[in-house]
Amino acid sequence: MATTIHEPPKIEKQGSAPHPVGGNGGGRNLVPAGADLARVKDYAPPPASTGIWVVLASISMTFAAFTSALIVRQGSAPDWRHLALPQILYFNTLVLIASSVTLEMARRQVGAYMAGPRDQTAAPARWLYITLLLGLFFVSGQYVAWLQLRAQGLYLATNPNSSFFYVLTAMHGLHLLGGLGGLVRVIRRLDRSILRKSTLDATSRYWHFMDVLWVYLLLLLWMKL
Amino acid sequence: MHDMSHTVHHHAPPTSFIRKHIFSLDHKVIGKQYYGLALVAVLVGMVLSWIMRIHLGWTNYAIPGLHLLSSNGAPGNVMTPEYYLQLMTMHATIMVFFVLTTAPFAAFGNYFLPIQVGAEDMPFPHFNMMSFWVTFVAFLVLVASFFVGDGPTLGGWTQYAPLSAVGAVGGPGEGMGVVLWAASIAIFCVGQLLGSLNFITTTLDMRTRGMSLWRLPLSAWAWFITSCMGLTAFAVLMPACILLILDHVAGTSFFVPSNLVINDQLQPHSGGSTLLWQHLFWFFGHPEVYIAIVPGMGIVSHVLITNMRKPMLSHRVMVYSMGALAVLSYMVYGHHMFVSGMNPVSSLAFSFPTLIITIPSTIIVLIWLGSLYGAKLRINTASLFALGFVSMFISGGVSGFFLAQPSIDIMLHATYFVVGHFHMVMGVAAMFGIFAGTYFWFPKIFGRMMNETLGKVHFWLSFVGTYCIFMPFHYLGMAGNVRRYQAFVIEYMQPLIPVHRFITVAALVTGAAQFIFLYNLIHSRFWGKPATDNPWQATSLEWSTPTTPPPHNNFGDKLPVVYHDPYQYGVESSTGDYLMQASPEQVKTAYDEA
Repeated sequence: MATTIHEPPKIEKQGSAPHPVGGNGGGRNLVPAGADLARVKDYAPPPASTGIWVVLASISMTFAAFTSALIVRQGSAPDWRHLALPQILYFNTLVLIASSVTLEMARRQVGAYMAGPRDQTAAPARWLYITLLLGLFFVSGQYVAWLQLRAQGLYLATNPNSSFFYVLTAMHGLHLLGGLGGLVRVIRRLDRSILRKSTLDATSRYWHFMDVLWVYLLLLLWMKL
Repeated sequence: MHDMSHTVHHHAPPTSFIRKHIFSLDHKVIGKQYYGLALVAVLVGMVLSWIMRIHLGWTNYAIPGLHLLSSNGAPGNVMTPEYYLQLMTMHATIMVFFVLTTAPFAAFGNYFLPIQVGAEDMPFPHFNMMSFWVTFVAFLVLVASFFVGDGPTLGGWTQYAPLSAVGAVGGPGEGMGVVLWAASIAIFCVGQLLGSLNFITTTLDMRTRGMSLWRLPLSAWAWFITSCMGLTAFAVLMPACILLILDHVAGTSFFVPSNLVINDQLQPHSGGSTLLWQHLFWFFGHPEVYIAIVPGMGIVSHVLITNMRKPMLSHRVMVYSMGALAVLSYMVYGHHMFVSGMNPVSSLAFSFPTLIITIPSTIIVLIWLGSLYGAKLRINTASLFALGFVSMFISGGVSGFFLAQPSIDIMLHATYFVVGHFHMVMGVAAMFGIFAGTYFWFPKIFGRMMNETLGKVHFWLSFVGTYCIFMPFHYLGMAGNVRRYQAFVIEYMQPLIPVHRFITVAALVTGAAQFIFLYNLIHSRFWGKPATDNPWQATSLEWSTPTTPPPHNNFGDKLPVVYHDPYQYGVESSTGDYLMQASPEQVKTAYDEA
């Protein structure tokens, strides 16, 4: 499972890679006319750090829309039937929370590896692989939950509860697959020693968000269905 | 002085045709692609409106070749009522999504936002490229609905449930047509979300040294504010479209109520909420009209300032007002649903912010007018269209005061008064913003000037023409002329038909005038007078590029450093009455002395 690392991963530097260059225009370093530029400090967060919050805001809006749809639909007609959630969902939840913990360990190890002296014995990708596995385990577990519902005769169109269950879990699953793709990208970049810290941080924020989102969805489904 | 501007380390510009012109990562090429898409879309949308107008004026007139558009919608080249609604839906969807959203926001924003903030490109170029191509696919999917089964959907751009959710039984195009419509819009949302991500991060993280937020030009502010709206609005429309598609293809009941009988057939759905669709749609739909108009406000302010040779009365109040529009636009959406059986208390709750939103709009208008007062405005096509925008926005906005009040709206709802209102305030006004931007920035994009004489002819025909088209709409609405009717057979509407005929003639002439623009655009692109780097003596960074059009990485070897606020006009500098943002020269402005 461990991967061999030949070069220490690079820490992101401004304008050091084939990425667009810009930045440093923060409010902290207004350059007045005739200023001494040597005294002007550079300041620009890496775009990935801002970008991930933008992405999370957008995803939050999408799930807020689904939530309001669920609440309105529940109140619109008396056809809302109680639905017992498949037990495996609780196990899946534990798996997903564990994956967040392992990702955090990976992030710390990679961070220490980037900052500290070169240490050939450390294999920071190990925890990333474990996270990836746990993520795949979660997605498979969700699929099993679907199969269990099907076995009870509950399909997408059976009743509004099951409709929302499938839609919400599918949408969360799709977003989580995106996170898995992000993890694969992080591992590949780590292998090639071109991982930026901001990329890893952004990916882990996304992953933790998927974790929190799932706990929220589970609570919503548990309370409403 | 130390020259500490950042050195640019970018990979070499692409050389292959595909990477350079088709799957390009360059924000400038992507901006031009968006403009091209909008141009194709606007032509399609305009031709559709011509066909509808001819039908409204002369209902039984056989329009040659109409049967080619639809196999069963126009027997003998005379339009069926259903086909009228199908054309209307496609006209609206194409115009709102693929013209008014793409051209002022995605096209100009892509091209000029990174340059105006002093960056080499947007931070996520691959997402940016995907944003365009996803939007392109969305357009193809929408247009494809002309060629499937019984044609495109007839549900209007709002696609109200339950008719939009029951399938083919709802009428022509209500089966596959709606599925394609909803799929197209959901795909479009993905494209705009990717675009918004890039716009927001470009503005926040990619500004060059010295470019504080308050030093951004008003156009950059407008794109930034619009992208924040887009991020939240499109993120809500997408799930709505997914649920709508599921009601069609999976038999779910999100939007279709129980015991619904359509065309004598009991629908196999139960318990859905028709109002749920309206809430989800209008939560997107109202911000959408500001997504269409706010970039125009920014572009027009930018153009007016350059031609007035002085800044706006208050740069900050302009920005705050545009921000207020964005925030309030989420609180007013219920005013589209006053007649939906809404609780009167809710109506009041939506009416109040709707009236409040007129305040920032009015402030923006007053700043334009106050700044124009006493200004020696340079009259050119760009400034004329900017003035036209202000005029249209006022004329269309005034009717908004009436519609904001539930008691009046109940009478005017779904009449031509509303059609006139939104066409002027967000349709034509936004189009004028696009034209102002085109005439203003064309020299930078292509290195050639557009023909001013043709431009002015285009302006006056468009300006007078659009007033001739849309002012009578208000009269028709007050006379009780209901919208979305394909013929006016009811007795009280028949005396209004001559008005419709006048509007049709005006629409044909105004539409034809747009071909002057098209000719000017294409002719000037290849044979126009060569442009200098800064033909309008403007100050913002897009006029500081080392070459015109800008090089692949915008600023050559070094990114610029910004020393000044965006609009330093009325100064005495070595360049004349203006000072470029990137010029280290220190001068006293007329406003310093005042």
